[in-house]
Amino acid sequence: MCASENTQDFKTEPSVSGNGMKGYPKELDITTIRFAGDSGDGIQVLGTRFANASAIFGEDVMTLAEYPAEIRAPAGTVAGVSGFQVNVGPQDVYTAGDLVDVLVAMNPAALKSNLPLVRQGGIIIANEDSFIDKNLEKAGYSENPLENDELAAFRVFSVRISHFTSTALEKLGLPRVQVERSKNFFALGLVCWLFNLPLQNSLDWIKQSFSKSEEVVKANSEALVAGHNYGESTELFSSSYIIKKPERQRKAGTYRYLNGNSALSMGLIVAADLAGLRLFLGSYPITPASDILHELSRHKEFPVTTFQAEDEIAAVGAAIGASFGGSLGVTTTSGPGMALKTEFINLAVAAELPLIIINVQRGGPSTGLPTKMEQGDLYQALWARHGESPAVVLAARSPRDCFKTAIEAAQIAIKYMTPVIILSDGYIANGSEPWRIPELNELPHMPARFLTDAEGFQPYKRDPVTLARPWVRPGTPGMEHIIGGLEKRDVTGEVDLTPENHELMVSLRAEKIERVRNDIPPLKIEGDQNAELLIIGWGSSFGAITRAVMNQNAVGHPVASIHLRHLNPFPKDLGKILKRFPRRVVVENNMGQLWTKLRAEYLLEMERLNKVKGTPFKISEIEEMIEKTLGVNS
Amino acid sequence: MTTTLERKDYLSGLDPRWCAGCGDYGVLKSFTTALAAVGLPREKIVMVSGIGCSSRFPHYTQTYGFHGIHGRAPAIAIGVKLTRPELSVWVVTGDGDALSIGGNHFIHLMRRNPDIKVILLNNRIYGLTKGQLSPTSPKGKKTKSTPYGSVDIPLNPVSLAITCGATFAARVPSTDNAMMTEIFIEAHKHKGVGLIEVLQDCEIFNEGEWSPVSKKSNRAANTVTLKHGEPLIFGEKQDKGFRLKGFELETVDLNDKSVDRSQLLVHDAHCSDRTLALKLSLLDFPADPYPLGIFRQVNGPIYEEEVASQEQEVARKMGRTDIYNLLHSGETWEVSSDDNWFDMPV
Repeated sequence: MCASENTQDFKTEPSVSGNGMKGYPKELDITTIRFAGDSGDGIQVLGTRFANASAIFGEDVMTLAEYPAEIRAPAGTVAGVSGFQVNVGPQDVYTAGDLVDVLVAMNPAALKSNLPLVRQGGIIIANEDSFIDKNLEKAGYSENPLENDELAAFRVFSVRISHFTSTALEKLGLPRVQVERSKNFFALGLVCWLFNLPLQNSLDWIKQSFSKSEEVVKANSEALVAGHNYGESTELFSSSYIIKKPERQRKAGTYRYLNGNSALSMGLIVAADLAGLRLFLGSYPITPASDILHELSRHKEFPVTTFQAEDEIAAVGAAIGASFGGSLGVTTTSGPGMALKTEFINLAVAAELPLIIINVQRGGPSTGLPTKMEQGDLYQALWARHGESPAVVLAARSPRDCFKTAIEAAQIAIKYMTPVIILSDGYIANGSEPWRIPELNELPHMPARFLTDAEGFQPYKRDPVTLARPWVRPGTPGMEHIIGGLEKRDVTGEVDLTPENHELMVSLRAEKIERVRNDIPPLKIEGDQNAELLIIGWGSSFGAITRAVMNQNAVGHPVASIHLRHLNPFPKDLGKILKRFPRRVVVENNMGQLWTKLRAEYLLEMERLNKVKGTPFKISEIEEMIEKTLGVNS
Repeated sequence: MTTTLERKDYLSGLDPRWCAGCGDYGVLKSFTTALAAVGLPREKIVMVSGIGCSSRFPHYTQTYGFHGIHGRAPAIAIGVKLTRPELSVWVVTGDGDALSIGGNHFIHLMRRNPDIKVILLNNRIYGLTKGQLSPTSPKGKKTKSTPYGSVDIPLNPVSLAITCGATFAARVPSTDNAMMTEIFIEAHKHKGVGLIEVLQDCEIFNEGEWSPVSKKSNRAANTVTLKHGEPLIFGEKQDKGFRLKGFELETVDLNDKSVDRSQLLVHDAHCSDRTLALKLSLLDFPADPYPLGIFRQVNGPIYEEEVASQEQEVARKMGRTDIYNLLHSGETWEVSSDDNWFDMPV
């Protein structure tokens, strides 16, 4: 059997002790808690607050948000279930967890759709009040599962969450709708009690977030405290839990908790600031990328201009216009929008302007799976453009890596005067984890330079090292010039469609992107350095792969991994590393896109593990593959 | 040091690759005449174009230029304008570029009202691709792609712009250099978006398309020139005028003694209501005299100014800030550790 991060067995714990007096909290290692309910139940808030409280308490955390593609799918149905999974542990939490240890189900549909994820012996906390005939029927239950033996393999706690919430808020005399809306805070209070998490930061957050209405602050705060008190006083739970203290402490510093889209947004603002440029975002709403537009739109205190364009095409076009004007042009989108932007990205390749394109990938083709993750757009990023049109492609591998990736993308875009595509995905975008805020002196020195000396100026006269052409801001006297999509004559930039010039320009643009390799740091091989098997991954599978290799090394299996952040061009040392290992498996949430490129570039045999189910790899799935490939068993 | 620039100083010196007799030459001449007249520094001008014969324009002016992709010049232009509002930004486009492939960008440019001027060279045909139907080609037009005549209803650029709320909209024939120059100067002075539709023939694929209204000898009979504050008078002998009858424009004979001249419709380009300008733009030759001149010239909130003032307002309220504050905003916590620390992998 494969070990995963979490291996708790809640069945083995001691039975209920009397009089509401409870023993010491039971210590847990890595534990997975999943909140599920109707998409209107405030599940995302509930999960995010729990994750925050855990992170602030010093635990390592990673989360996964899952929500329906519809705003409000029919209430009470399985289609309308929203979920939020939190994996907590003392350290080395690299994924949002494989199997769920504790499921909080706010209605029958949530129980129905999430039960397959819960480990045998796991805890289920159900909002008993919502298990009424109407809801049971909508969820497809013929009988109430809380009342028969359907859930015998789990430890079930039926809690009248709605009832206790309204009792707690009775004295406030609030309308029923408001009382109903506060029940997620009751659930949060209860789960905070169960995991011995302090309430203070949640109370502070409520105060800040609902500052417009004193009534709502009061209702939510009281519901939160009531949930906590309920856990404390009821005899339902025999014991509470506490996550073990880490063996080693984290590096000293200031920490925060953030998701991939926020990390990209912050990274972009910081990158523009470090470069001394205005940040310009041209964007069009699309799931799951819109939060970057929302976040950057809030930060007008910086030189940040956001432009919600009429379509995906205008969004990237305006970003290119801004780059031409001397700003850092950025556009954000997901697969379908990426398809629309392609011609403009090609213009940026030809015009040789800095541009950052962020694709927060979702399931395709076409509209596909808008709220689910996939890594299906690598071919598109690499090869969707007509003509010989190389661009730099980077892939963020975790929410916190998004910050670094945004800065690196800006560095490359400006230094090499090229579009840089960042691939993220729905898992990273909405998944959160703690992050040590870098000290300012840890950030790169990267001021952008504009050419202002008209003497000898030629629009396509390249830097001998980077092959970048000069960046000249319109408004600079004596340097008026035209750029565009028609083939340019080398050096002078005049329109030139002659055969030799075209071939020269094609090779110069290709060579420029090749030279980006000089700026890519060496790869880090995780795990057994002399392993028989090397796992190669990119993007959001980083956590699952890293942990799987760790677990397998712990039982003595010879496996290592590398995780690529640079997908075009590849790091210089990649070929050598690939050749060092007798066997190689490429792990991707697609049908083998990186696998294709690796085999084409290095002419090496490679195996692959692919998954296209709209959900990230589980650690156990990768471990199974490792054991199968090595022909071993744990 | 100020040097006075002459018209030729605004020309890049490249030989235009337009066909002999193309109306584009006249536009280039009038445009550079206008630039010299207003004395705009060359480096402050950005010409953005799409694809088509018209879109070669920026190659021939001694300014900053961006020869973009088909239909998308307005998108590039708005990115330039939002980040560099001090620059004078001009889009040069054609009927296919602006109204067919770029129709979406065109309408949004017009409604947002950035200080960007659009010169739309309307020859009612696709020239660069050698003679297909354009969105302004009249119904029944026989082209390579419509050998039996087009069944499409054409778009009217000025009507479309006014409908979208364009604060400046004008139409001028490419045969009239003086009028073009004057309108380019007026467009430059206007703060806000501006459409200048230039009627020009494609000598190769649509010869004589506009001659009924652009040829000097036909002008008096077939057009009406819009002049703000003046009555709309037209006809070969300039003896006809318009009078409002309900929602209709009624043609009256000025030779008729019973006509009360005080009832003649007087052009009001500054009227904030766009209805009259739209009504005039719908006059169509040969049923009506074809209007030339400035249909609308009104003040409206400028897009890039609104964006900038909002940014300044937020910055003022938030006070001085820096990336340290950004990174440390919201919920954070401190960790102080002993020697045995580890940093989380990213």
